Amino acid sequence: MEAFTTHTGRAVPLRRSNVDTDQIIPAHWLKKVTRDGFEDGLFEAWRKDPEFILNRPERQGATVLVAGPDFGTGSSREHAVWALQNYGFKTVISSRFADIFRGNSLKNGLLTVVLDQKVVDALWELTETDPQAEITVDLEDRQVRAQGITADFELDENARWRLLNGLDDISITLRNEADIAAYEAERPSYKPRTVQV
Amino acid sequence: MGRTLAEKVWDDHVVRRAEGEPDLLYIDLHLLHEVTSPQAFDGLRKSGRQVRRLDLTIATEDHNTPTLDIDKPIADPVSRAQLETLRKNCAEFGVRLHPLGDVEQGVVHVVGPQLGLTQPGTTVVCGDSHTSTHGAFGALAFGIGTSQVEHVLATQTLPMARPKTMAITVEGELPEDVTAKDLILAIIAKIGTGGGQGYVLEYRGPAIEKLSMEARMTICNMSIEAGARAGMIAPDETTFAYLKGRDHAPQGEDWDAAVAYWKTLRTDDDAVFDAEVLIDASELAPFVTWGTNPGQGAPLSASVPDPASYEDASERLAAENALKYMGLTAGQPLRDIRVDTVFVGSCTNGRIEDLRNAAAILDGRKVADGVRMLVVPGSVRVALQAVEEGLDKVFKEAGAEWRHAGCSMCLGMNPDQLAPGERSASTSNRNFEGRQGKGGRTHLVSPQVAAATAVLGHLASPADLSEAPATAGV
Repeated sequence: MEAFTTHTGRAVPLRRSNVDTDQIIPAHWLKKVTRDGFEDGLFEAWRKDPEFILNRPERQGATVLVAGPDFGTGSSREHAVWALQNYGFKTVISSRFADIFRGNSLKNGLLTVVLDQKVVDALWELTETDPQAEITVDLEDRQVRAQGITADFELDENARWRLLNGLDDISITLRNEADIAAYEAERPSYKPRTVQV
Repeated sequence: MGRTLAEKVWDDHVVRRAEGEPDLLYIDLHLLHEVTSPQAFDGLRKSGRQVRRLDLTIATEDHNTPTLDIDKPIADPVSRAQLETLRKNCAEFGVRLHPLGDVEQGVVHVVGPQLGLTQPGTTVVCGDSHTSTHGAFGALAFGIGTSQVEHVLATQTLPMARPKTMAITVEGELPEDVTAKDLILAIIAKIGTGGGQGYVLEYRGPAIEKLSMEARMTICNMSIEAGARAGMIAPDETTFAYLKGRDHAPQGEDWDAAVAYWKTLRTDDDAVFDAEVLIDASELAPFVTWGTNPGQGAPLSASVPDPASYEDASERLAAENALKYMGLTAGQPLRDIRVDTVFVGSCTNGRIEDLRNAAAILDGRKVADGVRMLVVPGSVRVALQAVEEGLDKVFKEAGAEWRHAGCSMCLGMNPDQLAPGERSASTSNRNFEGRQGKGGRTHLVSPQVAAATAVLGHLASPADLSEAPATAGV
């Protein structure tokens, strides 16, 4: 996983709530068996409208998505995270994220930042008025900064440490392989088994 | 202090707990399908890792599989390649697989329970958000992303932050014409699509205890639509009776030991939930969605709401967008909404009881002219059972299409899709924009409402079918 320390970039203000993962990446894209090449599928249905914010020339190259509440609801597809990253987004800001999407994002180094809706409203106003306005997401200080706006955000220390260092979860877990083996030795015999081994 | 059901199952699976770290949780059962596993197997290959517990892992094919001509090569080359990738991966790593054409093939959340693999007090994961279905057995079951699929394959564990718990107590009794689907749609409308975020839900109370296992699965299945990764129901005699004798249920002394443990899996009287919601079952009625998220629903007797009636700006905007997408007008009675397609199936409502309920209404009646009705059993076993009971004949004689098992039109990854502008009454779980096909419009309903809607051509409940069917009582 790519490490995340601090990022500064222009924004795409997305004034929509309940942006589900079917909107982020429609199901027919899920037939791909790789982690890349999803950028053209990002918000595919909405991008057919030339006026959709992602299509505006002033939003090209933006890397910070500022979305409405309940972003990433629905399907567990990690492809939604890959699509956002493949397109070029480094971080997503919202007042509320769906649990599975949030988990997926942090495992891929896409920093999802939870801020009060009031701050999100302020970021929308700023970046709609001035498309060139930049937003800084600083994970070391757990702070979001933009012109006239400073807001602290929370992220648990363990997730922050893994993101800052770009650590791979599986290697961390396997350091405790002895604990797993000890647990397995005590599992009751009535637990289900898919095959006899 | 006592513990809740979720806390008991959680505590029994903690492999390692350390200050400042998420708990490392052991996973008893890992279900795989073709869509969310290829990149995980790739990850294993790249790091030279194996599947740690093949005996706790099982795969089936469901999302991409066609429901017609299953004996012929799959027409869509991309779908075919994805299924072939799963077959190759399962062969290479030694994972048990039930491919298209196998008698145990079907929607992954129908297959696990019917094999008896889903058991009380187990932890169950799958790269699919509807894994919450398995919570109906008192299992802690939740959907995971592909990185976590790889993590479970390699370690049989997951680092997880301990969730909060929410009780959803359903008092009273469901009226005769109200189903588990109506109940869960009403719950989601009440608490919202984000209401369950960060929680494990526990459905309890007299109305829940009376439900069959199939109905309980319908309820737990849609926990994710309320934002909760998992929903649970305490196991009881109904659960034990469902499991007894199934292929992978414990036998002999193991059965007795298992039941003794399962009986401890109840929330203690002095346990405290982090949040509580109370529902009066007797006040409920058949429920349908009008919008583009599962929280946008109302009783069938109501009308399409006026977005201006919402105080919250973001809800108002969401309702405006939804009405525009759905082609509906505020104030329009929901019963006046005409549909082109009716879909009965999915991990929400594709089990045998669902098919029986839909068939009972269609028996002796006809699907309305201009309406296409698809009946897609949740698994091959469900299909075989339905054929044994003659349900397939009832559907076909009514003019519905009887298809092969799979996810089908729930998410339209196979050819079963809505055309742009087409409208469905669907027993599935998501009414998102384009979910059932680009530009398609979805109303979520119960199997009974689906069947009545198919007969009348507009959203309707069985009570609207005033005339007796031609062959009533046969």
